[in-house]
Amino acid sequence: MAATAAVPKKIKESAGDRIFLTVIYIILTLVVIAIIYPLIFIISSSISSPAAVTSGKVWLYPVDISFKGFSVLLKTPEITTGYLNSLFYTTAGTLISVTLTIMIAYPLSRRTFFGRNALMMVITFTMIFSGGLIPTYMVVKEMHLIDTRWALLIPNAIWVWQVIIARSFFQSSIPEELLEASEIDGCSDMRFIRSVVLPLSKPILAVLVLMYAVGQWNSYFDALIYLKSANLFPLQLVLRSIIIMNNSSGNMDAMAMVERQQLSELLKYSLIVVATLPVLIIYPFVQRYFVQGMLVGSVKG
Amino acid sequence: MKHWQLHLLVIPPILFFLIFKYYPMLNAVLAFKDYNVIKGIWGSPWVGFKNFQLFFENPMFWTLLKNTLKLSGYLLLAGFPIPILLALMINEIRGGRFKRFVQLISFAPYFISTVVMVSIIMLFLAPRLGFANIALNFFGMDSINFLGEPGMFRSIYVWSDIWQTAGYSAVIYLAALAGIDPTLYEAAKVDGASRFQKIRHVDLPGIVPTIVIILILNVGNVMALGFEKVYLLQNPLNIANSEIIATYVYSIGLLNANYSFATAVGLFNSLINLILLVTVNGVAKRITNNSIW
Repeated sequence: MAATAAVPKKIKESAGDRIFLTVIYIILTLVVIAIIYPLIFIISSSISSPAAVTSGKVWLYPVDISFKGFSVLLKTPEITTGYLNSLFYTTAGTLISVTLTIMIAYPLSRRTFFGRNALMMVITFTMIFSGGLIPTYMVVKEMHLIDTRWALLIPNAIWVWQVIIARSFFQSSIPEELLEASEIDGCSDMRFIRSVVLPLSKPILAVLVLMYAVGQWNSYFDALIYLKSANLFPLQLVLRSIIIMNNSSGNMDAMAMVERQQLSELLKYSLIVVATLPVLIIYPFVQRYFVQGMLVGSVKG
Repeated sequence: MKHWQLHLLVIPPILFFLIFKYYPMLNAVLAFKDYNVIKGIWGSPWVGFKNFQLFFENPMFWTLLKNTLKLSGYLLLAGFPIPILLALMINEIRGGRFKRFVQLISFAPYFISTVVMVSIIMLFLAPRLGFANIALNFFGMDSINFLGEPGMFRSIYVWSDIWQTAGYSAVIYLAALAGIDPTLYEAAKVDGASRFQKIRHVDLPGIVPTIVIILILNVGNVMALGFEKVYLLQNPLNIANSEIIATYVYSIGLLNANYSFATAVGLFNSLINLILLVTVNGVAKRITNNSIW
């Protein structure tokens, strides 16, 4: 370690630190590869030829590029219906959830709101204790929501965690002076929300929209327990029956055995890509907002 | 009432919580009844703790409890420290593209749905054509039917979970690291601390409150294991290790329509969870002065 001592002072990092930092860079690079490799592999497989996929020729780049998987998916009615259903559930569900979340998070952020602490306790308690699967199912049944589209939109509309994040955001980013000023001008609470709070809350709105939209797009459990009619099924449920339960779709029955088997293997990759694409396309654009929003939310839990 | 509009605003959300969160808690009396479809929940006869007793005497009881605790214990032990390490490492890189790139990538898998995640796992671990077995064969090793081996179930579950959520969980620690007083770093620098010493003596103590809170929340979720993923990964071959309380409630309750019994099992699960949360919170409050309430 004598060499370390001899290093001139103008170099900030000592040799030990530089080695330490290099190790960190190497580890993080490996982490990134470990995360990104499976994703690349799936995308490459989805646009390779069925034969190349089943013979294990694809390992990084696509081999014999073909979009056969996607064209078959487009012609499969369950998948197109599932896709349209998921789009509907995501749009409608996000709209309902974000509206309801703001309706409770904003009043909770106002220090003068009557019953604020009691209400906060009432809703946070539901995070740590619940009636359970069957009692909740019974309520949904009693409300006659079983096998209707509402079953996927209403029973899980508000996530307490999102309420907490939104409340912290409103508390820390809407200056109380603005409220006082507008109150003097005779502005009503509704009007204040519309013309002051919402325009100032774009980052948190982005976070709420993203989280609820992703949640809706990805959810399948509610559909599994509440829906019976196949024409209402969201994409994730269709996906499960094709990939995990291996029910090949009707469209493929006419094809030759070998080709069918190869194609069904390829279809799984294409399906994964198709089901994840919308989320991954929006993600890089909203990621910045998202991290911001999460940081704001975690400052005052 | 000057702010009547605000109170009007909270009515629909409150109705939501009453109907879909609190009403089910009332419905949990089902656990103490012998449910009869015609008489309904409140008309069905009381049976006291019979359903609980049936569960405790059930030969499945210990298996379920053991599977649930082992799986979540494993997840906690392996999954809890990794985001902390990840955050500490990302924090060492000052600014720059690489940092943003690492964050962007490590965050992304969080947005993959459980169904897709399980699909990916199944494709990678498929007995014949899966990537893992092709790799094993390449190195001259025999193929393994990963999902058919009960012994591998927990590792598959836990490590795929870490793959999916570590980057996301790291963000909270990164936020805490960003909040550490910069003068502490100055002082450490003056004292000639190395990067490693700085992590040990400034970074780690600085995020202890966050670590404790997250630990409490994680322990409070021990019994509330992600039903979806376990259920989807489950198959007749690995069922010995993959049947947990949540999947059992689903199959007994909804598939076999044994409502009262399943509610009792679910209630038992929720209670254990609540007790764990309260205990850990209390212990943490005593030892570190941090707690969630």
